[in-house]
Amino acid sequence: MNVNESIAVVLAASAIFYGTPLVFAAVGELLAERSGVLNLGVEGMMLIGAVTAFWCVQHLPGPDWFVLLLATLIGGVAALATALIHAILAVGLRANQIVSGLALTIFAGATGLSSYVGNATKLGGQPALREFSALNVLGLSNAPVVGPILFHQNALVYGSWALVILAWLYLYRTRTGLHLRAVGESPETADVMGVNVARYRYAHTLAGGLLAGVAGAYYSLAITPNWIDGMTSGAGWIAIALVIFAFWRPEATLAGAYLFGLLSSLGFVLQARQVHLPPEVFGALPYTMTVVVLVVVSTGWAKQRLGAPAALGTPYVREER
Amino acid sequence: MRIERRLTAPRWLVVAVPVASLVAAFAAAAVVLLVAGKDPVATYARLFDRGFIAPGALTNTLVTATPLLLTGLAAAAAFRMKLWNIGAEGQLYLGAVGASGAGLALHGRPGLVIIAGMIAGGLVAGAAWAVVPGLLRAYFNTNEIITTLMLNYVAGLLLTYLIFDSRSYWRDLTTFSARAFPQGKMLPDAAMWPNFNLVLGPIVTLNVPFGFLLGILAATVLWLLYRSTSFGFDARVQGDSPPAARYAGVRTRRVVVAMMGLSGALAGLGGASEIGDFRHVLDPRGLQQAGFGYAGIVVAALARYNPFAVGVVAFLLGGLANAGYSLQGPDFPAGLVGVLQGMILFFALGGELLLRYRVSFSARRAEPPRAVAAAPVAE
Repeated sequence: MNVNESIAVVLAASAIFYGTPLVFAAVGELLAERSGVLNLGVEGMMLIGAVTAFWCVQHLPGPDWFVLLLATLIGGVAALATALIHAILAVGLRANQIVSGLALTIFAGATGLSSYVGNATKLGGQPALREFSALNVLGLSNAPVVGPILFHQNALVYGSWALVILAWLYLYRTRTGLHLRAVGESPETADVMGVNVARYRYAHTLAGGLLAGVAGAYYSLAITPNWIDGMTSGAGWIAIALVIFAFWRPEATLAGAYLFGLLSSLGFVLQARQVHLPPEVFGALPYTMTVVVLVVVSTGWAKQRLGAPAALGTPYVREER
Repeated sequence: MRIERRLTAPRWLVVAVPVASLVAAFAAAAVVLLVAGKDPVATYARLFDRGFIAPGALTNTLVTATPLLLTGLAAAAAFRMKLWNIGAEGQLYLGAVGASGAGLALHGRPGLVIIAGMIAGGLVAGAAWAVVPGLLRAYFNTNEIITTLMLNYVAGLLLTYLIFDSRSYWRDLTTFSARAFPQGKMLPDAAMWPNFNLVLGPIVTLNVPFGFLLGILAATVLWLLYRSTSFGFDARVQGDSPPAARYAGVRTRRVVVAMMGLSGALAGLGGASEIGDFRHVLDPRGLQQAGFGYAGIVVAALARYNPFAVGVVAFLLGGLANAGYSLQGPDFPAGLVGVLQGMILFFALGGELLLRYRVSFSARRAEPPRAVAAAPVAE
């Protein structure tokens, strides 16, 4: 049997395929949380990205690659617009960030705006006109083992790797990144240093929205490709858990995302190999695993090592400094 | 613009802000409707008619408001002590499983026994599902927002498994068509919860479902619990300041677990009422489409966690949800109700600013230089 059809290689390749949207969403949420803003609206923003991107792919003219990239970008911008609501409430009006993020998911999510837009424009049941398909990078897609895993993925997978590298460089090697970390750790100190706390919080909440939208676009343009109400089915929440799992470090989100990608794909891969278990058992794996992983990383030992940004979730009011 | 913290909010403002939030949310959602090419006035008129005016509308609204009232109380109970139980959705599913299981098991007993069994089944199953994240939060400091949410999805899959992919106790396997198109076993007639006729005039009679009365009872119990028991006091102290609670000798872990259990029991009772008042069968699709658990968060936040205000808000949003179901169709796409709920919550949150801060727009008043103003305080 060809080594590239072995279960380990297939699983590794699909772990990356299914884990990629989590990388986008988690890095986005990580940037927002580093500025001190907890945004629980990731699921809703992803669904907005998914429905907007799918509408664009069905309706915009142009060469396939161009429309796909444009659709992804527009999906991201649509999610960014919803993130602005959270930013205004959380940063501008100092509202309760937890309730505001939940409101964002209710507003935008599976029974909200994304559902309204998708149903009103009758996107459900339409076959996708274009989709992100796997590339043959450097002609190496048939190379043993590494071929299908590393060189036979779609463009967004490679984009997510670039994103992780950029996010790492930004956080740890630039002055703006240093200021960002200061804002999340101690907005008072950052304010004294002359950093505009509100501006950093707005900018990174919006960046988080953009990336969540791209993650949503990945669902409707690469994973299924079509549109179903609530198609991300909780991936947004897993992405939020991943940020904790990755201790707020972009490079660590990759490992976590691929672990969850592995769990999501386990069901399909094993079923194709005649392993019979109720589909719900596999379906529940990513969610139960998230709980288990959170328990492990939330113990005192782990918290002490690499904690959350100290100001996470607390509004900053200059007058009350 | 200057913002100063208020020490106390005037009483009229506490009522005016939620009302203004509702009005503003409907105004903002009108923009969404205009963009979608719909007439907002006509849409709202239809919603209002189907929710509150049309024959039988009020009765249906109360049926829809019942689970909302209970999930709203579940959220209010936990949120008030900053315990973010977002799992009312899953706890409601489990409550439905427990109540319908008890209803089926008690087949042939007197109606009173069956109904009591269903209530107990809902309470226990909902509480059990919520105690798990409660224990994790208390002993491992695990973020309960995420664990309760993840368990919602697991509970949804469990429901699906019980009816669609197993030969479970809840599934009807008696006829050929039921085997081909999976569905739950219908509860016996004696398991149907009573409703009470309220004659409001010569034409209008209102059927008040038993679950709604249970919900009002639950709101009263919760109010008394917070107001006049030591457990309620401990919970309030811990919500306001965990360090103060520890210093005062509150057994914080026990309070967290108990409060999660209580919150889950309320949501589970919501699931039981949905079975007893309305569905009479374990129906995974219908329960998951309703989204009562998430809407309960909107109810609790808009009611500012006050148990009796939860009743009023649940009635209003129940009317909205009920109208949404009955209108849903090709010319009335699903999702509009969620958009409205989300907007109401956004505006309620924005309005909180007015309660906590005094905002003044006087541009002329010169701000004192910071350094000078701060100097005496610093020394």
